[in-house]
Amino acid sequence: MIPPETTSKETTTDMSTERRQSDRTEAAAEAKESSAQDAKGHGVNIEALNAYYGDQLAVKNFNIAFPANEVTALIGPSGSGKSTVVRCINRMHEEIPGARAEGSVALDGMNVYEDGVDVTSVRRLIGMVFQKPNPFPTMSVFDNVAAGLRLTGARGINLRERVHRALRAVGLWDEVKNRLDKPGTGLSGGQQQRLCIARTVAVEPEVILMDEPCSALDPVATLKIEELIDELKDRYTIVIVTHNMQQAGRVADSTAFMLEGELIEHGPTTKIFTNPNDERTERYVTGKFG
Amino acid sequence: MSVTALPRVSPRRRRTDKVMRSLLLVATLIALVPLVFIIYYLLHKGLSAVTSSGFFSTDPNGNFFGNPGGIRSAILGTLEMIALATAISVPVGIAVALYLTEYGKESKFANVIRYFVDVMTGVPSIVFGLFIYIVLVISKIGGAFTGWKGAVAISLLMLPIVIRSSEVVLLLVPSSLREAALALGAPRWRVMLRVVLPTSLSGLVTGSLLAVARGMGETAPLLFTAAGAFALTGNLGAQMNALPIQIYNDIQSPRNAITARAWGAGLTLVALVLIINVIARIASRRSRMA
Repeated sequence: MIPPETTSKETTTDMSTERRQSDRTEAAAEAKESSAQDAKGHGVNIEALNAYYGDQLAVKNFNIAFPANEVTALIGPSGSGKSTVVRCINRMHEEIPGARAEGSVALDGMNVYEDGVDVTSVRRLIGMVFQKPNPFPTMSVFDNVAAGLRLTGARGINLRERVHRALRAVGLWDEVKNRLDKPGTGLSGGQQQRLCIARTVAVEPEVILMDEPCSALDPVATLKIEELIDELKDRYTIVIVTHNMQQAGRVADSTAFMLEGELIEHGPTTKIFTNPNDERTERYVTGKFG
Repeated sequence: MSVTALPRVSPRRRRTDKVMRSLLLVATLIALVPLVFIIYYLLHKGLSAVTSSGFFSTDPNGNFFGNPGGIRSAILGTLEMIALATAISVPVGIAVALYLTEYGKESKFANVIRYFVDVMTGVPSIVFGLFIYIVLVISKIGGAFTGWKGAVAISLLMLPIVIRSSEVVLLLVPSSLREAALALGAPRWRVMLRVVLPTSLSGLVTGSLLAVARGMGETAPLLFTAAGAFALTGNLGAQMNALPIQIYNDIQSPRNAITARAWGAGLTLVALVLIINVIARIASRRSRMA
């Protein structure tokens, strides 16, 4: 369902290049479609990550690679540090008072924790979808999707076109095209979550982090989000935290199991669920604990 | 244990319930008594003055005999001074509240500020008047008694009210909205300006109105800062009349026509506060729907 006018993902993170690309008309973008086919997303490498809440070590010496254009699921019992890991990737972890992280989180080899790195630009490149749908209550459907572009002060872009494209990309266009000026909070829970994904997609990040995106949704809305994740991975690298092991099985190419802040095992999803190396992983995925 | 019959409500419990309910009702009625009497007396004694000819269109002339004049200069003076005081205290107050909720949080410095704001709330209004008298009036900065000095005294009185009410309202903005905006790559100032403030707008307006209502009725801060003139003036750099001052002076008069003017001015003051309240409420509701 990715619309044909979709532009290619640039293989560079240079902002000026991105801006120039946004200026292009749809026709030009369509002309580039062939090259969009082999355009690749960007992987994330975490090395020796330690994350703290005050004195409490929540994530311990964490090492993992999230491959480009793949969906990686993080599973594990509550309090195992899955959300913390995800929030470290786009540096949202440090927004919590007293929280800090050390180590390296590299997007395409560039460490987001390097001194002097602009946090806002990191978050523009690494988008995030939260557990509970959180559209801005004062904004209309249109403004909600445009919010990311406006809040980051993006200039010289065709706002309407970007918003419409993002809404099509999340399959929300037909449902909301007649109520773009109505409040975003008037949508159903599932629609709100897709609206939030559209808001993230509109900024055109490289990576999308999802922190239990379906836990507040009913099964039908969940299914829609899962289908959407499957489509989005053509263009984005996706990391999804989930409590729902069936969901991990359905959407993830690879799955990582965490326990008490440590990575126990990371491998292809089928292997983790059928033939894991670690005994604790096996006990968790078969429902013996957690 | 088998139950043969569900227990009935005992007569004693029924009686206690009745007694307690009537006690609560009586307490409510007692609390209403002074309110009703205030409104009754304002209308009873003030209405004839308000409806007398020239009440709103002439200024008090200071004559003991003959027509004492109306309260035009007092209304204008009150409106001018409260406008200036609001223009000072509301932006500063909301800025302080933003600092406390968005930056200071639970830091020592922020808590010290909170403590002093609380102390300021409890400072008697005459002390603010005295302070301005010593600092601005005695030093004869821009004349001795002037309207703007009265406005500054009132703004000092309003400031802690604005800060406290704004802080409460800003804290009510769900942190998930701040997170959503930050995760899109928005700088903090844009998050405040475009998400936090719009979301809490109606509450900020209500809190500011509370301060305006409070400031409008204060006599003490004006007594030795602005008071003295009867004449109509639009000049905040000159001495100024105000409704509370007018009431204060008039009610001491032995002449009935002049005390009646005090009641009329009181009724006008209450009506003004009410009108401003209604206008701002409509305005904030409009902006929320937009």
